[in-house]
Amino acid sequence: MEETLMDLDLKEREEYVINMGPQHPSTHGVLRFETCLQGEKVKWIRPHCGYIHRGIEKMSESLTYPQLVHLTDRMDYLSAHINNEAVALCVENAMGVQVSDRVKYIRTILAELNRIASHQLWWSAFGMDLGALTTFFYGLRDREKILDIFEESTGSRLLQSFITPGGLMADVHPNFQKRTREFITYFRKKLPEYDQLLTGNVIFQERTKGIGYMSLEDAINYGVTGPSGRGSGFHCDIRKIAPYSAYPLVKFNEVTYTQGDTYHRYLVRMREMWESLDIIDQLIDNIPQGPIMLELKAIKPPKGEFYQRVETARGELGVYIVSDGGPTPARIRYRTPNFSNLFIINKIAAEHKIADLVAISGSLDLVIPDIDR
Amino acid sequence: MGIDIKSVPYEDFNDNESLEELRKGGAPVWVSTMDEIINWGRSNSVWPLTFATSCCGIEMMATGAPRHDFARFGIEVYRASPRQADVIVVAGTIVRKMVPVLKRLYDQMADPKYVIAMGACAISGGPFYYNSYSVVRGVDQVIPVDVYIPGCPPRPEALLYGIMQLQRKIKAESLAKSGEARPEPTLDTSTEDKSRYVEPHDNQNLDEACKSSN
Repeated sequence: MEETLMDLDLKEREEYVINMGPQHPSTHGVLRFETCLQGEKVKWIRPHCGYIHRGIEKMSESLTYPQLVHLTDRMDYLSAHINNEAVALCVENAMGVQVSDRVKYIRTILAELNRIASHQLWWSAFGMDLGALTTFFYGLRDREKILDIFEESTGSRLLQSFITPGGLMADVHPNFQKRTREFITYFRKKLPEYDQLLTGNVIFQERTKGIGYMSLEDAINYGVTGPSGRGSGFHCDIRKIAPYSAYPLVKFNEVTYTQGDTYHRYLVRMREMWESLDIIDQLIDNIPQGPIMLELKAIKPPKGEFYQRVETARGELGVYIVSDGGPTPARIRYRTPNFSNLFIINKIAAEHKIADLVAISGSLDLVIPDIDR
Repeated sequence: MGIDIKSVPYEDFNDNESLEELRKGGAPVWVSTMDEIINWGRSNSVWPLTFATSCCGIEMMATGAPRHDFARFGIEVYRASPRQADVIVVAGTIVRKMVPVLKRLYDQMADPKYVIAMGACAISGGPFYYNSYSVVRGVDQVIPVDVYIPGCPPRPEALLYGIMQLQRKIKAESLAKSGEARPEPTLDTSTEDKSRYVEPHDNQNLDEACKSSN
């Protein structure tokens, strides 16, 4: 890439390079797209990472397992519960312990609530990127209801650090079931409103249909997972192909489309919210009784290498722990979904107009600290 | 005479001592009358820059959303360009690679300009204080900060309170004192400070380091 860039005679080809970011409202953080344009047409994009690289993996080497859970919240802050669960599951599998059914149920419910909250925020921001400010107010109005449930049980709105190796930090609030049930009935009524507002809108459809086509081969080659990959027909839902926690017990559909454009990546997320509501619906009334924390003497996985993957709101999150038998990992590595999802942008946004770049990067649903870690 | 914001009485605010310090000195009558008019306008139309690096940005969005709605305070319009913004809410971690960008954004803003450090990362590095090789320990090493809002991330109510404190600070300004230079912040780039570094696999040291910092 470096060589060809040096050789390019930009002036001769009437091309010019502009920077989108690092401070740009529609990159959703501090991502920088080095974009080459010919007129209004995007020729190529080079994403630049590292503007929020905090060295979480290196820091984790000097923290014990229950401590490093708190740093995983700050990677993909919109799926905080699911990130915590990934580390918790990896450590539990390494130690060969099983948490109680109660913990499994609560973890799954929290994860699905978190997924809905994340998709709501994405929907709000995606509409806003395309110029529909109304979505912001509707999406965040309903998101607050989920945050209320979280706050009541975990004490925090956004970064909960509630799921920890061995179980949960505390038991859920007595109101948890009632409030969640209320939310399901409330949100089932509100979700069709989302479709009325944005999905059927002619301007929205014109701006998203046929834009940013990603083929199944590209999705697999680049490792694009989550709703972005499923929009291209890539069956990559970890909840289906490698079920964990309470997912083997529930019935739900893996949402896939084969069209692979921005519009269908949007539809995947919209339908996933319905699926998540169904999952919660199946679990919320039959949470069994049981201990919420295993009685472990010390959280020290045996010597060896362990891997666990979960499905966050954005795709496959893998946690790879190399343990030397001590209380801290010798090396920990996160395979984060956004990092893989980002780099396909050069492939799918090329030859589109610069305004479509906003729609395409919005449809990939990027969280920047998850890319840089 | 106190400074009331949104019918919250003067006594209900914390840190009134610093405010009194700012108001010391006094000014001629016509200047102070002008001050009141100008500050009333300024403090009720503080436009923030859309600058969010991480998690705190989401809480900032939530503050702008219907439930908390900080348009009530006149902080209504998010500006994407620093040239149109009055306040930069530094929401999230600042790492070394981001420092020149942040500095340039601040320099591009027109005077009078204000800075709110939102969240633990912007105040001191927060959860990334120890052992991180890239995080700047506090945004006040890069740009001068007016209001600090603790929390990880702070609740929307905390951001609202911080904004009210900023409005009070603006209301304490005087034309007579304009043009006073603010101290230039210096970026601490030393990697020599051993108190911030803890060897991996050394939990005892980590505990001691935590204790000594308290």
